[in-house]
Amino acid sequence: MTTHGSHPADGSSAGDSANLPAEQAHPDERVEVHAGDPVANPGLGSHQPRPTDVDPAAEKRAERQISLLFAISALLTLGFCVAYFAIPRDAVLFGTSALNLALGVTLGLALLLIGIGAIQWAKTLMDDHEMVEMRHGSGSSDEDKAEALAAFEQGAEESGFGRRSMLRGTLLTSLGVLGLPAVVLFADLGPLPGNAPRRTVWAKGVRVVNDVTGEPLRPDEIQLGQLVNAQPGVFYEIAEGEEHPAYEGTELLNAKAKASVVVVRMLPDEIVNASSADKGVDGILCYSKICPHLGCPISLWEQQTKNLICPCHQSTFNLADGGRVVFGPARRAVPQLELGLDDEGYLIALGDFAEPVGPSFPEMYQD
Amino acid sequence: MRQLSTHRRHPLAGVLVLLLGLVVAGGLYAAAAPGSARADSAGTDADLVAEGRELYLTGCSSCHGQNGQGILQREGGQYGPSLIGVGAAAVDFQVGTGRMPMAQNSQQAPRKEPFYDAAETEAMAAFVAAEFGPGPAIPGPEYYDLAGVSDEDITEGRELYLANCSACHNAAGIGGALGGGRYAPTLEGVEGVHFAEAMITGPQSMPVFSDEVLTPEDKRNIYASLREIQAEPASGGFDLGRVGPVGEGLAGWVAGIGALVGFAVWIGKHSVRASKQ
Repeated sequence: MTTHGSHPADGSSAGDSANLPAEQAHPDERVEVHAGDPVANPGLGSHQPRPTDVDPAAEKRAERQISLLFAISALLTLGFCVAYFAIPRDAVLFGTSALNLALGVTLGLALLLIGIGAIQWAKTLMDDHEMVEMRHGSGSSDEDKAEALAAFEQGAEESGFGRRSMLRGTLLTSLGVLGLPAVVLFADLGPLPGNAPRRTVWAKGVRVVNDVTGEPLRPDEIQLGQLVNAQPGVFYEIAEGEEHPAYEGTELLNAKAKASVVVVRMLPDEIVNASSADKGVDGILCYSKICPHLGCPISLWEQQTKNLICPCHQSTFNLADGGRVVFGPARRAVPQLELGLDDEGYLIALGDFAEPVGPSFPEMYQD
Repeated sequence: MRQLSTHRRHPLAGVLVLLLGLVVAGGLYAAAAPGSARADSAGTDADLVAEGRELYLTGCSSCHGQNGQGILQREGGQYGPSLIGVGAAAVDFQVGTGRMPMAQNSQQAPRKEPFYDAAETEAMAAFVAAEFGPGPAIPGPEYYDLAGVSDEDITEGRELYLANCSACHNAAGIGGALGGGRYAPTLEGVEGVHFAEAMITGPQSMPVFSDEVLTPEDKRNIYASLREIQAEPASGGFDLGRVGPVGEGLAGWVAGIGALVGFAVWIGKHSVRASKQ
């Protein structure tokens, strides 16, 4: 109602439409009012009463309506509690969980009805007189400023902060050293990965096996247009005397995140990149499944166009052309794994990838 | 006839009958042999093949060529690809799901109401399998019969699905976009036999998943896990076709919160004033 505690005289009272800024008798320095404002003050229109203000029957009706909203809300909340116990968890209604549906509808409507009731109350029954609040400056008064300054100076004097140099020095030192742990904790970002980003578990002689089932692959099992999502055999082979494969748990996941590959087959004539074809076996080519852009697994293989698409940012690689980028944000070809055959005729790797798999990193361009 | 019967004791009659018998037997063999020589191809019946030939020449040969060789366009590309070696499974999939005949030449043939009925599809599959070289046969129920499937099978099928299928068809099997206007269709409502045929033959953009790498049992487990996922009720509320959290979140923020804001504005604005003082 009032503009500021220290200047009650400047406030305008509610409904007092005559007391407007341009007509104020004592404008003080913090309410700048120009008599010659270019825009004429429109003033306030005359107060229009609502039906509930002038008609007692309407007022009663509004009160009953709002009470009804609150009462229904209470019933819905009780309904929520009943539904929680009464509806079995596996019941299905309209293709969704009947329990969740009932809980959501009852509690949501209960809250909504309280809100609608409160707004109706405010709009139809509470006083609705117009009021004017003056703008005022936000700075403190000169007395307040002087008082605060004096208090600060007195405190500085009494503590002897300026005089006791040893106390001041040790306090500032202790506060300064507090910043050190924030720097030391960065050591947790290490240790440095060393050569790990450049290496995968692929090595000469590691079998290429089907993902999930771990079955080794022979060239005659792979048809034209085929896609095999494959893994290195070391994830599945159990060495003699061991109970588990060499890789397990987090170590397995970390190794798998770099070593996953896709194996595709096309007609040798369709491969346009000769050196890429040489790395395959009879048109069977093996590429990293990890996108060299940001490391998503890429296995959207369009066997007709020979394009491998990354679902994250639509980087598209032409596997008939050495994994060349034909579209999207990737900046380098998807790495290819050189394939060979072992004595039993199964597909094996002839070594690790020639370049790092996965997202590029600054150091890989240093050598 | 009387003339014929009077000559039945003619010295050459026996030779004639022998010749006639050889011609009939040879002709029958020639008609039936291409089918029966491939035990894994469906439709060895000569009548079926003949009916299929009739249907093929009428409905398919304008694009795929009278001998299934495909028809090349002058500017490269083709009206219809070669059907040499596609086998009965490809025909049953393409025609049985309504993808063929295509309604129009576009990036991809969509699934639609089949144009040919089951008997006609079978005849065409028999014809293509018999005449256009050996190819995969229509897979049997061991690929999609879900009787006796255990929870372990479903779990294994789910892992195989996530490794091999989910990249294109989405984790819940509702499909997704590929490049150049092509897309992986939804797997909602796909019959088991068509599911198996798609994996074996690799239709359109889809790669082949051979039986040697993913065994019929693996394929059945994938199918079982897919059915399991699709039978799950959407416990999180209406799922907008399981498009995933990004799409659902967008709908929640824009449509849901938008509606609430609109309602709040409306209820705040609406006001009645009495005309009398």
